[in-house]
Amino acid sequence: MKFAVIVFPGSNCDRDMYHAVKDVLKTEADLVWYEGSNLENYDGILLPGGFSYGDYLRCGAVASTSDIMKQIKVHAAKGKPVLGVCNGFQILTEAGLLPGALLRNEKLSFMCHQEPLVVENNETIFTAAYDKGEVVHFPIAHGEGNYFCDEETLKELKANNQIVFTYQNNPNGSVEDIAGIMNKQGNVLGMMPHPERAVEQLLGSDDGLRLFQSMIQNWRDMYAANA
Amino acid sequence: MLQTHDISPEQIERDKLYREMGLSDQEFEMIKDILKRLPNFTETGIFSVMWSEHCSYKTSKPLLRKFPTKASHVLQGPGEGAGIIDIGDNQAVVFKIESHNHPSAVEPYQGAATGVGGIIRDVFSMGARPIASMNSLRFGNLNTDRTKYLFSEVVNGIAGYGNCVGVPTVGGEVQFDDSYEDNPLVNAMCIGLINHDEIQKGIAAGVGNTILYAGPPTGRDGIHGATFASDDLGEDAAKDRPAVQVGDPFMEKLLIEACLEVIHSDALVGMQDMGAAGLTSSASEMASKAGTGLEMNLDLVPQREQHMTAYEMMLSESQERMLLCVKKGREQEIIDIFEKYGLKAVPVGEVIEEKVFRIKHHGEVVADIPVDSLADDAPVFHMPSKEAAYYKEFQKIENTAPFVNDHAEILKQLLQQPTIASKEWVYDQYDSMVQTNTVVTPGSDSAVVRIKGTDKALAITTDCNSRYIYLDPETGGKIAVAEATRNIVCSGAKPLGLTDGLNFGNPTNPEVFWQMEKAVEGMSEACEVLEAPVISGNVSLYNQSKGKSIYPTPIVGMVGLHESLEHITPSFFQKAGDAIYLIGHTKIEFGGSELQNLLDGEYKGKAPAIDLEVEATRQKHLLEAIQSGLIVSAHDLAEGGLAVALAESVFAGKGLGADVHLSGEATVELFSETQSRFIVTVKAEDQARFEKEVKDAKQIGVVTDDQTLSITVNEAAVIQENVNQLEKLWREAIPCLLKSKA
Repeated sequence: MKFAVIVFPGSNCDRDMYHAVKDVLKTEADLVWYEGSNLENYDGILLPGGFSYGDYLRCGAVASTSDIMKQIKVHAAKGKPVLGVCNGFQILTEAGLLPGALLRNEKLSFMCHQEPLVVENNETIFTAAYDKGEVVHFPIAHGEGNYFCDEETLKELKANNQIVFTYQNNPNGSVEDIAGIMNKQGNVLGMMPHPERAVEQLLGSDDGLRLFQSMIQNWRDMYAANA
Repeated sequence: MLQTHDISPEQIERDKLYREMGLSDQEFEMIKDILKRLPNFTETGIFSVMWSEHCSYKTSKPLLRKFPTKASHVLQGPGEGAGIIDIGDNQAVVFKIESHNHPSAVEPYQGAATGVGGIIRDVFSMGARPIASMNSLRFGNLNTDRTKYLFSEVVNGIAGYGNCVGVPTVGGEVQFDDSYEDNPLVNAMCIGLINHDEIQKGIAAGVGNTILYAGPPTGRDGIHGATFASDDLGEDAAKDRPAVQVGDPFMEKLLIEACLEVIHSDALVGMQDMGAAGLTSSASEMASKAGTGLEMNLDLVPQREQHMTAYEMMLSESQERMLLCVKKGREQEIIDIFEKYGLKAVPVGEVIEEKVFRIKHHGEVVADIPVDSLADDAPVFHMPSKEAAYYKEFQKIENTAPFVNDHAEILKQLLQQPTIASKEWVYDQYDSMVQTNTVVTPGSDSAVVRIKGTDKALAITTDCNSRYIYLDPETGGKIAVAEATRNIVCSGAKPLGLTDGLNFGNPTNPEVFWQMEKAVEGMSEACEVLEAPVISGNVSLYNQSKGKSIYPTPIVGMVGLHESLEHITPSFFQKAGDAIYLIGHTKIEFGGSELQNLLDGEYKGKAPAIDLEVEATRQKHLLEAIQSGLIVSAHDLAEGGLAVALAESVFAGKGLGADVHLSGEATVELFSETQSRFIVTVKAEDQARFEKEVKDAKQIGVVTDDQTLSITVNEAAVIQENVNQLEKLWREAIPCLLKSKA
């Protein structure tokens, strides 16, 4: 499996994502500059965190209109796995690939620490290696991670099991403690906590490993089925 | 502030207009001698910023020469953007600390933000990738609205810039004292990593080569910032707000990536950031260091505002700008790299043989100055020094222990003193983990950042107890360095070197200059004995307001090396059953202590004594014990003494407690701030070996799992407190102070 780690001007978790996939998971990955790149030959797309375009206007708003996002929409529609973390999640909501929006944290300030998350849905290509209801520890680092959607959308998210991760101790005011959601088709996941920061015990947690391993295993299974 | 260029040289002399720019009569005469004519308005401005304390170190230079700066592993000492130390395997660590005090006093968010931006540029302009930021902050006590505003906005500014630019803010220190009420200190440190063969220098070499300007256009912001930084902070400082720059961390992030790509091109000759005194300092220093001259045409400089004068352009401190020297004919290769990141890079001048700094504007030569006169010939002043009167009085005071009735109650109060209380409210706002290297996050003795692809890590700390330095500058200076090495050693690393952020009052006051002199002497001696050379630094003087100087605050930013990740040692207790040892003996030392401040509301008497040889031996033994795997946790004793250190050791959410038995006088044993002491924990099975290796260690108790901090003195229980309750007081003190009405 080969991952594309998309780099926008102002992305700053791109190299961390690349390190997690390439060095820790020993899986193929490229840092892919947002301009002049083709995503055809990649099997998974990773939108890393940071401050794309300085988060000017609204977090993720400028990046969501870039050419590479047009390509990503096409690949997402075809079922290719797309993971957006932190600013990547914000870009996915701005691009309309995921419902809802990320507002400023309830306490208004940026926060960075490890948070316990609950795996709400383990029947996804991103979470198959976790147990349902399992508590995992991922770092958060955001000023605008307060997930919001209207009641109808929330009903739909619940009905389709699109809520993948919730916070055990909601740090930012998110609706229904939501930390990560996926699209209806189940191939696009957006989450505020950073799985790529949780792949080495040395740094405090390796609970994020299984998220990437789930994606890789799913691709292998599909590949084997199609072979 | 003077704005116009229609003022004749004669008028500048006649009306002594140079004084408004910060030049003295004597300095103006020197300029006339150098030029052999009267300087025009632009030239006067150029001299005034280059000869400001901030750029020239004219009063501190004689003192800075005392610092030991050499060691076999020092690749670059003071003089360049930042110092460099070899860490083996072709890798080196680059670091420097810099103050942004006066801008932060008038515009705290932007002052702090651009302080972070400036020090990060110093590091990547050397060719290094910035891997961590630290800071050291001082404010008044959190009992006025103004202080709370300064504190909140400074933290906000550091977070706003550092988080966006993608360099983790891994730690720092914050202390509170009335002496900083109107003049907070904001010192930012950046640490970078570089391969030996990628080290860049800020030189404009090779006659005919092109000078490129890279980054956003020049505006009118920050004009005369360096001079502003080198003057008293007056009561009407708010009018100086236009001298504060505005930062754009997104621009800086793009600039980092572009510059780190540019260093791989052999078309690049040299690179320097435009920091204090902007175009003036970067251009003249690059030529001066290369032994060349430089000619620049200001019409080519990108401008954000219309009708800017040469004076304004040369003195602007618009942020996120770099100056590069590029081989002639190969400019486009470099320009293309900047364009990839959406940044402009344009030729603005060339290197010339004649050693002059020549500036053209609208077809006229507006400045023509011998280049070395700006950087090298800046005047050096040997200021008069006089032992402070208060010092003599303090030295007469005998060391005695204050009377304490309820030791548990005092411990609770100490834990809520803002200098001791948890700084979580501060560091939770910083992205401390981006770049995925932070092994030890903020809140420990040192931050620890691993180096990917190796078994090594770096320990980083910033320290300075200015109360001790106020009481006794020489002893306090020694303690500042020793405390930093203690923090590095406790984390399991060997100190590599330090950067100094010297913050003092007005040096024309002989008693202030005496504080500077003695503090630097003390620090220098400690650097020698503890083998920590000074590789870079910054001087910030005139820190005072309402006529009173700040406490002398020479901040030490230190970096150490873990030779193996196995050596990384936590500050907190880890497991019930481990033996708790105190290394070092406790004496009656309360001068400058937190307890003295709590009980008397002032600092007086003698600073704690320090024997550097004892310090060095203890640190050596402790590090050896850590490296041989005998130590579970290690923590140095600092503000608040043993009782506070024990409490901090159980505040890690592990559900632990401690059962400690001491003998002696309870107040002294618990709260004295005697130096060179540590508490460490050791597994039961390693105790015999440990006791053999570390001679002056004495077991004082065991780690328990009952969440109780229990301390007896002479077998009488003096403290018996629930850990969670203590921790709550400690953790909530700062948020609580911020919320309370002034």
